[in-house]
Amino acid sequence: MGLLSRTGEIIKAKWNALLNRAENPQETLDYSYEKQLESLQNVKRGVADVVTAKKRLQIQTQQLEQNVVKLDTQARQAVAAGREDLARQALERKSGMQQQLQDLDTQVKQLEDQQQKLVANEKTLETRIESFRSQKEVIKAQYSAAEAQVRIGEAATGIGEQMADTGLAIQRAKDKTEQMQARAGAVEELIESGTLEDFTAGDQSQLDRELAQISAGQQVDAELARIKSEVGSGSQPKEIEQ
Amino acid sequence: MIARLMGEGQFRIDEALRSELNALDDRAAAAIDAEDEPALDEILDDMWGLVQERGERLPDDEIATSDLIIPPSDLTLEETRKLFTDEGLVPDLPSR
Repeated sequence: MGLLSRTGEIIKAKWNALLNRAENPQETLDYSYEKQLESLQNVKRGVADVVTAKKRLQIQTQQLEQNVVKLDTQARQAVAAGREDLARQALERKSGMQQQLQDLDTQVKQLEDQQQKLVANEKTLETRIESFRSQKEVIKAQYSAAEAQVRIGEAATGIGEQMADTGLAIQRAKDKTEQMQARAGAVEELIESGTLEDFTAGDQSQLDRELAQISAGQQVDAELARIKSEVGSGSQPKEIEQ
Repeated sequence: MIARLMGEGQFRIDEALRSELNALDDRAAAAIDAEDEPALDEILDDMWGLVQERGERLPDDEIATSDLIIPPSDLTLEETRKLFTDEGLVPDLPSR
């Protein structure tokens, strides 16, 4: 037997083991249908999970994008303040983060494709279960117990195969999403732990501090200048009288 | 004869295509034994191509079991190997 037929045998064996739990063909029919509906619910939940996970990933990506924008702003501030060294650092971080983002973006798109296929799979499964429902009534009415057993077995295996396939696709999409989340999380963690010496993590970062100092310095200068001019515009400084 | 492309759907295939696929199947088995993942991926891609090109997609409401189940090439060698054993990459059906 070729490898490819063997996979089918494994699925068949699993599904048959399930069906054998029922005691007679009549019962097998309904039991099998019931199991199919249960599985369909699992599939729907699975697909919904993948969609949710993908959305979360998109939000994570957006946050990283905001960090890129912030780094850009900081680079400009640094240039304006004549601190080319800081500007350079910010731009270096920005470029590193942009590469990570591009990669994540590509993967989110791949996930999107997978998700579309999953939804199509789910629909096929739904249609086939509905088709099984009408077939089982025909089988009940027209066939002897032994024949019915065979026909149910065949139909149920077909559905079981579709289900197993969809289940595997869900599992893979989930794995993929988790991997990507772990990666996006790792980038964030690096940022938080300062390994990237990130300058985007709020006012605790070095770049922020330096820029804040510069800006505070500028404010002080401006204020000082204002006070000086105010004081200067009045009459001559009075002598302090005793 | 029915072939399933995992995650993609089922296709009706003729005898000529079946024997072409069988030949590729033997080579796939050899690639797995040799742990040659690039070769395996290439063979699986060829199989997918053949089925998509020459097979006829099964309608949604037709219930059939597949004679061949072809995994996608983006599985790892280990995952593909599991598919072919009782260990199974195929998830169990719900027991509830």
